[in-house]
Amino acid sequence: MNAPLLFAEAAGKSMIAVSWVDMAIIVLYFVLVLGIGVYLKRFTKTGEDFFLAGRGMTAWVAGLAFISTNLGSQETIGYSSSTYQHGMLMNHAYWIGAIPAIVFLALVMMPFYHICRTHSVPGYLKLRYGEAARGLSGISFLFLTVFMSGINMFAMAKIMELILGWDLNFSIWVASLTVGVYVMLGGLLSAIFNEVLQFFLIWFGFLMIPIVGLIETKGWHGMVERIQANIPQIHPDVSAKAADFISMWGSMGDAGTNPAGMHWAAIVFGWGLAISFGYWTTDFLVVQRVLSAKDLPSAQNGTIIGGFFKMAVPLIVILPGLLALAVLTNPDGSPMRLVPENDPAVAQGAYSYNCVLPLLLKRYCGPGLLGLGITSLIAGFMSGMAGNISAFATVWTYDVYKPLLNRNASDKHYVTMGRACAMLGIVISIGAAYACLRFQTIMALSQLLFVMFIVPLFVPIVLGMLWKRTTPAAAFLGLLIGILVCLGMFVFVHWTPGESFLGLPGAFDVDHFNRQHVKFITFSPDTKDIPTNVWMAVWTFLTTVVVTVGVSFVTRPKPASELKNLVFGETQIPSTAHLPLLKRPVFWGFVLLAVCVVLNIIFW
Amino acid sequence: MSDKPQHTITIWFFVGVLFVAYGVLILGAGIYGLFVPPDVEMKELHLSLWWGALLLGIGAFYTVRFRPRRE
Repeated sequence: MNAPLLFAEAAGKSMIAVSWVDMAIIVLYFVLVLGIGVYLKRFTKTGEDFFLAGRGMTAWVAGLAFISTNLGSQETIGYSSSTYQHGMLMNHAYWIGAIPAIVFLALVMMPFYHICRTHSVPGYLKLRYGEAARGLSGISFLFLTVFMSGINMFAMAKIMELILGWDLNFSIWVASLTVGVYVMLGGLLSAIFNEVLQFFLIWFGFLMIPIVGLIETKGWHGMVERIQANIPQIHPDVSAKAADFISMWGSMGDAGTNPAGMHWAAIVFGWGLAISFGYWTTDFLVVQRVLSAKDLPSAQNGTIIGGFFKMAVPLIVILPGLLALAVLTNPDGSPMRLVPENDPAVAQGAYSYNCVLPLLLKRYCGPGLLGLGITSLIAGFMSGMAGNISAFATVWTYDVYKPLLNRNASDKHYVTMGRACAMLGIVISIGAAYACLRFQTIMALSQLLFVMFIVPLFVPIVLGMLWKRTTPAAAFLGLLIGILVCLGMFVFVHWTPGESFLGLPGAFDVDHFNRQHVKFITFSPDTKDIPTNVWMAVWTFLTTVVVTVGVSFVTRPKPASELKNLVFGETQIPSTAHLPLLKRPVFWGFVLLAVCVVLNIIFW
Repeated sequence: MSDKPQHTITIWFFVGVLFVAYGVLILGAGIYGLFVPPDVEMKELHLSLWWGALLLGIGAFYTVRFRPRRE
């Protein structure tokens, strides 16, 4: 899940001056991605080609695309900025907040997705429960994808305006048209190719920062000493008791002893279970990548390969956030103090939290390397747009248009519809990007929408795969009530009762938390925005479980004959016993989990 | 559709070509930086020089290893 990014208006000057070498590197990237789109058009003639890349990807390509979809620039900029604010706690988004769910997807859920040959996650709901659940999840997913694509566009345009002084409209239109053209031409295949390209760009564009940063601080311990010395000046509002920016678990016994106001229960049940499993196993944007694999072992191994890279992402995201606390200084040598994006000082030229990565790029990278870093940021944003747009085209065509509007058209017609949808999705996303200009906290809102639409989806899908008793009515009601409960909590924490009868209607302000209401959700009035969303995810998840299980007991389940290849006990899952140990998904899944446990202990 | 057998050009080849181009540009900038040092911290490491060489090496390997072949 992406951390919030908030952008203020640029201070009217660029942070970084680029040379012709840097510009050449940026232009080369645009030329190549358009060229790839043109080249791949000849390979995307059928629906299977366009929407699922022909189901022919190897484990490595599917795995890198799977993880790359998640590794956009909102991720790199967002989490490096959050680490600067809250320290190592943000690493929980990676190790507890991703790895167990990725292994679960690979070993438990992927066989069902793959064997039932669904085109999409809503498509599984159709096969398992019928049209109602598919319709609800499909429409909410369409809304989420175009919104997230618009957010990517807006975020990229603001970052480019801030660090390079580029015009906002220029960035939005150039990036969106490029993405629209290459997705329209090559469909998911084009999106996957560009995601693999982006994967290499992000790693090689940012990896030099932690390497050089640790050389400058003379290693990890030198960095920690500098952070401890700088924290009182950088975060004067954080009490000495809560100023532990290095521990992951050691400071989590009490919400008052860490900079984020987090409690271990919120991390384990909110981030580690509700959000993580919801996102990694049911967000079609990521699952679509591994559904494109050529066979089940490739899909499973690809997922686990992605998991290993996900486990390493903190190197280029969390570590730079920590290094920024240690090495960024003002011209007089004092520690540089970055401020929140909505701080009035930003308008006066102060750097915000979101400038962590650009400032480190500027600190260490000369001509050429700077262009590579900026291209990595652009590629990350564009890849995020492309992923959402290709998923939008698939879900619209297969889960809304085909079943509800035009059931009997030819395959060629659906491909044409998919191509048109890619451009339509881009146009709607551009509208969403411009709408973002009207809202100050649009990124925090997007994070919440994700909790609202994706967390409730996990329950009917996983119960549908593992429990034959789960009924269509229960799945639909669980999903619907989960969404409504999350929406209700969101309104509740941002609502201040008025003076009138029963305190209604009062004031609703998405930029303001009513701390007395937050206390009911999180048990503490001081909980910050990210942990509040995490707690909301916990309650949304529990509500969906209770409703889905409860309604299942009082409604009629589908007969076993209709559950073939959809549910545990009615599905013949191919054995991998004939494969050598080193090719078995189960073996690598447990290796991944074991390494993750060891890393958590080392950085406790 | 497989990413290898049916596509005469694989994604790995595209990665290789891009990295060769980037490697040449960044290595060139690094060599220039030996004479006109850039205004950055840790410039004594000559980051552009060895990072450009690394990209060029990886790019060359991928370009040659996954070059299009006649089927």
